[in-house]
Amino acid sequence: MEINDIYNKLKKAFDDGIGEVKTDVPVSPFIFADRSKINAIALFLRDEESLQFDNLSCLSGVDYDKDNLAVVYHLVSYALKHSLVVKCLIPKSDPKIQTVSDVWAAADWHEREAFDLVGMTFEGHPDLRRILLPDDWEGHPLRKDFKVPEFYNGMKVPY
Amino acid sequence: MGILNKLDNSVEQFESGNIIITSMDKLLNWSRLSSMWQMFFGLACCAIEMMATSASHYDLDRFGIIPRPSPRHVDIILISGTVTLKMATRIKRLYDEMPGPKYILSMGSCSNCGGPYWEHGYHVLKGIDRVIPVDVYVPGCPPRPEALLEGLIKLQEKIRNQSLAKHTA
Repeated sequence: MEINDIYNKLKKAFDDGIGEVKTDVPVSPFIFADRSKINAIALFLRDEESLQFDNLSCLSGVDYDKDNLAVVYHLVSYALKHSLVVKCLIPKSDPKIQTVSDVWAAADWHEREAFDLVGMTFEGHPDLRRILLPDDWEGHPLRKDFKVPEFYNGMKVPY
Repeated sequence: MGILNKLDNSVEQFESGNIIITSMDKLLNWSRLSSMWQMFFGLACCAIEMMATSASHYDLDRFGIIPRPSPRHVDIILISGTVTLKMATRIKRLYDEMPGPKYILSMGSCSNCGGPYWEHGYHVLKGIDRVIPVDVYVPGCPPRPEALLEGLIKLQEKIRNQSLAKHTA
């Protein structure tokens, strides 16, 4: 199924939970979705007969622009051999988004990684801890405004 | 006789055989440098070269270097790869668990000075010598097995020239 057909289907089901669709981009075309409805949208994408996105191939955290973070979902349907990219913008002033780890189990560790490095909170995640950095690390290093600490546990960090 | 060649001119042998005279230092150093047991421990791509050096083609075993799975058993630790700050904490602990005398060989650019992560690697320790003392640095990214062997032979030289009487630690 093509992106515009998927978009119309989603728009019909979720109305203002779905933002615009971007097709004039050098990367895969994508659809914006509302961060507070993403769990229901994800469930719909997985279970709807004509969509069947059974595989979350990647979930990324992004420091998107001056005011927003983003989570990007790359979805693939093994059953119907089509794919989709969904983006959710998250204002930096309130970095929260619904989890999709109950829809695709693969999202569990991906969301932990996005939390660890970019710092958005996934509400409803069963075990939202840091996954790569040490537990006592301060800050989220893939934020553009992250400052490398002078010392970590007595070890000098800068060259 | 192999042992006499290794101990070279510091050995005196009596004609009737079976008795040799040498100094305690020479004998101990010879035995230590001939069985440098290595920590079973690899970090990044350098560890692949380390494994290649251990395997039959380069054969670290002929120097008496065999990997041991516990820090309590080992004499040397090869820091073979990128040391993240998280791993540095563990390495320090492993180093503290090793019985002395103990030696560190830093293998490759990352563990020497941070390597390609020197500027933007917020999570990388810029040289293992910021945490534990290093005896031999082997440059390269990663070093070839020949370079690692050279480093280990340098370490053997260092051990050969140490002395029980003059304690250095």
